[in-house]
Amino acid sequence: MSRLQVVSGKGGTGKTTVAAALALALATEGKRTLLVEVEGRQGIAQLFETEALPYEERKIAVAPGGGEVYALAIDPELALLDYLQMFYKLGGAGRALKKLGAIDFATTIAPGLRDVLLTGKACEAVRRKDKRGRFVYDYVVMDAPPTGRVTRFLNVNDEVAGLAKIGPIHNQAQAVMRVLKSPETAVHLVTLLEEMPVQETADGIAELRAARLPVGRTIVNMVRPAILDEADLELTREAPRTAIAKSLSAAGLGGARRGGVAERLVDPLLDQAYAYAERHALEREQRAVLQDLGLPLHELPLLAEGMDLAGLYELATELRQQGIS
Amino acid sequence: MSQDPARANDSSSGRAAAHPAHPSDPARAIDSTGADVLGVDPLIDDPGTRIVVCCGSGGVGKTTTAAALGLRAAERGRKVVVLTIDPARRLAQSMGIDALDNTPRRVKGIDDSAGGELHAMMLDMKRTFDEIVEAHADRERAAAILGNPFYQSLSAGFAGTQEYMAMEKLGQLRARDEWDLIVVDTPPSRSALDFLDAPKRLGSFLDGKLIRLLTAPAKLGGRAGMKFLNVGMSMMTGTLGKLLGGQLLKDVQTFVAAMDTTFGGFRTRADATYKLLQAPGTAFLVVAAPERDALREAAYFVERLAAEDMPLAGLVLNRVHGSGATRLSAERALAAAENLVEARIVDQADGKAGLRNSPDTYGSSEPPATEGPATETAAPETTAPEAPASDAGSPAADRTDAEGPGTTDRTVAHLTAGLLRLHAERMQLLSREQRTRDRFTALHPEVAVAEVAALPGDVHDLTGLRDIGDRLATGTPPAGAS
Repeated sequence: MSRLQVVSGKGGTGKTTVAAALALALATEGKRTLLVEVEGRQGIAQLFETEALPYEERKIAVAPGGGEVYALAIDPELALLDYLQMFYKLGGAGRALKKLGAIDFATTIAPGLRDVLLTGKACEAVRRKDKRGRFVYDYVVMDAPPTGRVTRFLNVNDEVAGLAKIGPIHNQAQAVMRVLKSPETAVHLVTLLEEMPVQETADGIAELRAARLPVGRTIVNMVRPAILDEADLELTREAPRTAIAKSLSAAGLGGARRGGVAERLVDPLLDQAYAYAERHALEREQRAVLQDLGLPLHELPLLAEGMDLAGLYELATELRQQGIS
Repeated sequence: MSQDPARANDSSSGRAAAHPAHPSDPARAIDSTGADVLGVDPLIDDPGTRIVVCCGSGGVGKTTTAAALGLRAAERGRKVVVLTIDPARRLAQSMGIDALDNTPRRVKGIDDSAGGELHAMMLDMKRTFDEIVEAHADRERAAAILGNPFYQSLSAGFAGTQEYMAMEKLGQLRARDEWDLIVVDTPPSRSALDFLDAPKRLGSFLDGKLIRLLTAPAKLGGRAGMKFLNVGMSMMTGTLGKLLGGQLLKDVQTFVAAMDTTFGGFRTRADATYKLLQAPGTAFLVVAAPERDALREAAYFVERLAAEDMPLAGLVLNRVHGSGATRLSAERALAAAENLVEARIVDQADGKAGLRNSPDTYGSSEPPATEGPATETAAPETTAPEAPASDAGSPAADRTDAEGPGTTDRTVAHLTAGLLRLHAERMQLLSREQRTRDRFTALHPEVAVAEVAALPGDVHDLTGLRDIGDRLATGTPPAGAS
């Protein structure tokens, strides 16, 4: 089991939710995980219903069986100052650099430096050990940028290593790359059973593989429940409307005669069934495309009441049952 | 760096209304939920509208909205160009273009009876950056810049470049004045706000104090009297050199020196684009889906646009669900479905079912393990041939029997129960969407909203885009919408 779990996915697929559920699932049974956010959106804080996360590892949840989830929102500027402090003992000079705009320059514009700092911080947490030589975190889960950018984000170290040919940034980039390209890392992609996200997932996997980054699993999020079976769907096209009206009436929904309450329900209910059938067929096609990608495939249910903390625990349990942790 | 939400809230939520694109828009009617309905047609028909910017978080259908809007405007007689940033292949194909590139291409197959035209293009940020360099530098200098490794990294898409180039391209298209209307999609940024910030940021960086400092050696040579600056500079370059490696720093210096002498100030260009966005004739559409995260981003965006004096036309809410039977509540539908199932159990308990039905007829409805909670209440019944038939003789069961229940009738009962559960799920979805929407409306009652009814499938062709356009222009989902 890889110790750095990177979660990406097309925008709107719920990758932050899945990353958080995965961190909870991996923490179950007394483990400790770190959930890392790199895009400054404070999505984790919103999900766990806490105040905005500072640049500091703090416990945000307790997992079943005594495990703990810590969270960290990495701020590239602070990570750079951190880094300068660690390697150069630059307390005051660091502040001077900030005043001049050098830190802003380095984290915003300098090619890829920002990404090196973000991935570098996550890798540092993966490798960190306590005084007794044990890993501080059993797993680090990263809520990464979306599928379209994730390969570039993770691979940027390679590019930086090429650009900054010597010096500490070069070394740092290479060290980070060694972790990211090893079996210590797994990149998971979150998708929906819709055409565009599935296409983007397939493209993303191809890109990750081309960059020799380790691809993990495909996780389908927000899967809607199966309500009508094949026999039902066939019947929607064959059953006489009057029979359905009678059945609705028998269920206690009013008169079945023309113009009766039950009779007037038939058309809208059948319309909904036709839309369901169309979506169902599309979903089946997309599921087949995903299966062809040859990665372990997991499905998480759509939560009827929307996403909340209880739902997060539910998804974590689901992931555990599906053997993801 | 990151926007402080509290501060964003302070920036007077009422100001969005103070800068509507069309203050006296006759199409802004009040809908049943109390919010204004955004009239898309008056917006795109108005010859005064020259630029429409679609913005919002990722995955809400922003690019599709831009394309549908462009098509609709063209078919209503305007000469339109759609600038997309990163379209899915299928969307390009839906406009009959296999590969969109950095040059506008005419879209064929549209209804041009009103005299309109549709052109589409996709931003190629590296190409756009290269073009700026080529247009402003002599050949030799351009070659030096294009070959610089720092330039190559910068132009190939680091933070901010895409946003900057999107705005640059918009400025170019507008300056050419070949189109009546430019519809622009915004980059899938890490936050919706990036695209407003990035141009300024890149502009001020390339034009800024730090760059002056870095490039000082090239300009000052060894001139006397500049000792003080040189000391500061060498401390700076020393530290940065240590960090980045000397070669990179030298690349940056040569790059900036070449850029600087070539064309006058990135900041000036960024400022001009920024003003273009504030100018009359520009309208912003914030695009969202009725989901919590998407609408939260939309609210930030509305506040930010107001703070920057950018003209907001309204909110496009994609993928809104409807139902033709909203009077039947989820609870009643579920209860009715239960009645039907109980009636069936009664039949089975009578022993008739076993003779006439294969067990598959009911057993196959067993839901998969990944079942959502929406049907949890219903799920146990479908698996319950052994459940106690306590309601034997209930009126519902009697009535079913009175009809002379054959296989078909009882299968119809099974279907009907399914239809009712499907309806209950739909009604739960509806009320969740409504709650999310209400929260937004409470925060920003001044923002006009166009709701776009959800489609069961994806868009593949112009017909699909036209359909979206129709739904967009209606502004409220028809009752039976899927």
